[in-house]
Amino acid sequence: MQLNRDQLERAYRQMKTIREFEERLHIEIGLGEIPGFTHLYAGQEACAVGVCEALTNEDYIVSTHRGHGHCIAKGCDVPGMMKEIYGKAGGLCDGKGGSMHIADLNKGMLGANGIVGGGPPLAVGAAIAARNAGNGRVAVAFGGDGSCNQGTVFEAMNMAVVLKAPVIFVFENNGYSEHTGVSYAVGSGDISARSAAFGMPAIKADGSDFFSVYEATCEAVERARNGGGPSSLEFAICRYYGHAEGEPQRYRGKGEVARLRETMDCLTHFRRKVGEAQLLSPERLDEIDVEVLELIESSVQGARTAPLPPAEALFTNVYNAY
Amino acid sequence: MSIKSYRDAINECLHQEMERDVNVVVFGEDVVGGSGTEGGKEAIGGVFSLTAGLWGKYGDNRVFDTPISESAIVGAAAGAALAGLRPVVEIMFSDFFGLCLDQMYNQAAKFNYMFGGGAKTPMVVRTTTGAGMSAAAQHSQSNYNWVTNIPGMKVLLPSNPYDAKGLLAAAIRGEDPVVFYENKLLYGIKGEVPDDTYVIPLGKGNLTRQGKDATIVAFSRMVHIANAVADRLAADGITCDVIDPRTTSPLDEEMILESVQETGRLIVVDECNPRCGLARDIAGLVASQAFEFLDAPIKLVTPPHTPIPFAPNLEHAYLPNEAKVEAAVREALGGR
Repeated sequence: MQLNRDQLERAYRQMKTIREFEERLHIEIGLGEIPGFTHLYAGQEACAVGVCEALTNEDYIVSTHRGHGHCIAKGCDVPGMMKEIYGKAGGLCDGKGGSMHIADLNKGMLGANGIVGGGPPLAVGAAIAARNAGNGRVAVAFGGDGSCNQGTVFEAMNMAVVLKAPVIFVFENNGYSEHTGVSYAVGSGDISARSAAFGMPAIKADGSDFFSVYEATCEAVERARNGGGPSSLEFAICRYYGHAEGEPQRYRGKGEVARLRETMDCLTHFRRKVGEAQLLSPERLDEIDVEVLELIESSVQGARTAPLPPAEALFTNVYNAY
Repeated sequence: MSIKSYRDAINECLHQEMERDVNVVVFGEDVVGGSGTEGGKEAIGGVFSLTAGLWGKYGDNRVFDTPISESAIVGAAAGAALAGLRPVVEIMFSDFFGLCLDQMYNQAAKFNYMFGGGAKTPMVVRTTTGAGMSAAAQHSQSNYNWVTNIPGMKVLLPSNPYDAKGLLAAAIRGEDPVVFYENKLLYGIKGEVPDDTYVIPLGKGNLTRQGKDATIVAFSRMVHIANAVADRLAADGITCDVIDPRTTSPLDEEMILESVQETGRLIVVDECNPRCGLARDIAGLVASQAFEFLDAPIKLVTPPHTPIPFAPNLEHAYLPNEAKVEAAVREALGGR
C-alpha cells in the first residue's frame, strides 16, 4: 500500500483542489453568483481523496448532497463542475442537475444525491452488476452521519451482506446531521457498531488523515474484489461550513470552526506528514497550490462567461425514447 | 399462436427475455422462493408464480431472492441499470410503493434529466394492482395515477395476455425505467398469445370496440367491464368506441381525441381514487382540447374517495362495475 510520488502529488492536488473549489464557492455564493442550495465539503477532503485513491477509474461511487469533494476525487472535470454549479450550458449535466446532482457515468460517478440515504441502494445495484460482469469492480456508497439513521441505508447494508455484494459503505461523521448533533441523533452513538451488526467488518479511522483513510479503504476494497462482501468505514471528519451555504451556524460552539481549522486540518496534516518523511518538498506542494488556484480561477471565469442552457433543454433528456 | 393465461404470458416473456439477453436479471421478494430454508430454493417462483422456473434455468446470479426491503430492491435495480444490467424486479403489491417511492421518483426516473442526458436506466418494476378479492386497504389499491405523474417514468397497464407479453418485452428492451402493473384479478384470464417474442410499442392505445355514439376509455381490468357494456348496449342499438390506452405514460392522446371528435361523448372508467386520478386526467385532456366536439358532459366512473374496504359487499360497492358503467353511458346519451 506504499504510495509513490505521483500518487502523493495527485492526492495532494485533489485535496487542495477540493478545498479551493469550496472556499471560492463560499465567496461566490456570498456574492449571489450561484443559484440554489450548495453544501460545501471543505474540511473533509482527506476522506473523499483517501477513499477514491484506493479505487480505479472503473469502480463506482454514489455520493451525497455534499458531493463536490467526491466528484473531484473521482476525476470529474473541475471546469465542468463549476459550470454546472453556475447552472450553465456545458456543465457536467448541462446545467440541469446543479450542485446536488453532479454525475459523470464515464468516471463511475453515479451521482451526487439530494436525498439523504438515497445512494446506498444504488451502490448495491452497481455492485450486483459488477459481480455479474465478473469485472472486479467495487461500489462505494458515501454517506454522512445523518444517513446512518435512514432505513434505506439499513436495507442496503443488509442486502449487501446477504448478496455478498462488493460494496463499501463510507460514513463521513462530521458530527452534524444538518443542524443536529450526532450525540443526539444517533441513538447508540456508534455508527460502526450498527454496520457490524449487519454482519460486515466495520472500521473507524481518523478522516482528517489521508493515510488512515487510504489504508482502511484499500483493505475494504481488496476484500470486496476478492468476493469477501461489503465493509463499513466510519471516518471522523470536520465540516468547516454550514449544512448549506448561507445558514448562520448558530449551533456551532464558540470558536469551534477556528479550532478545527487550527488543529484538525487535513491539508496541514498531509503537508506535515509528507514533509517529515521527505516524500514531497514544501516547494513542490507550493507549486501545486499555485496551479490549483489557477485552475479554480479559470473555472470560475469559464463558468461566469458560459452561456445559459438553451430554452429547449427544458424538454430534453426526460426519457431516452417516449 | 396458442391460448395462454395472462400469468403464463408474463412468465413466458420473462423466460424469453432472459434467454435473449444475459443482462436481464430478476430479483425481489420470493421470486425464487425458499432461499435459506430446509425445503430449498424455487419453492414458489413468486407469490403469484410469475417468476416460476427462472432460477432453475438462469441460476443464482441472474435470479435471486432479496430480503423484504422494497427500497433496496428498487434502488438496487436503478443502480444495476446504470451499471449495465436490465433488472426486472418484483414489488409484490403496488401498495408497497410507499416504502420505495423515493428510489422510483427521486432516483431512477430523474437520472437522465438531472445528469443532462446519457443515463440509461433500463429497469422494470413489476407489481400488482387492483381490487376485487377482499385483499383490503393495503393490498388492493390502484396507484398508477401517482406514478403517471412522474416525468421520466413509464407506466404500463396490460389488460389481456397478448398485451402483457408484448408490453413487458418492450419495457425490458427499452432504456427508461418502467412500472408494469399486473392486475391480479386478470392472472387467470386467457387469450391468444404468439409463442415467439414480439413488442407492442408504448403509447399506442388499443381500440377494443368500435362505435359511433360514445367513447369509453378504460384501464386494466376496467377494459373488460367496458367491453361487456359496449356489447350489451350494441344489442340496443347504441354503439361505443372502447379505448384501452394500454400505457398511461406515454398516453395515446391522439386516439382518445380522435374518437371523441367522432362520438361527441366520453365516459372514463378508472379504478384509481377519483381525486387527481386518471379519469379526471382524461376528462381534462378532452375538455381542454376537444370541448367543441362534446355533445354532453363527460361521465366518470371511479371508486369513491375512500380507502378500499374488506367486506365483500362494501368492496363491491366501491368498485366500478358493468351496471355503473352502463348507467353512465346511458346518462351521457340523454337517457337512451
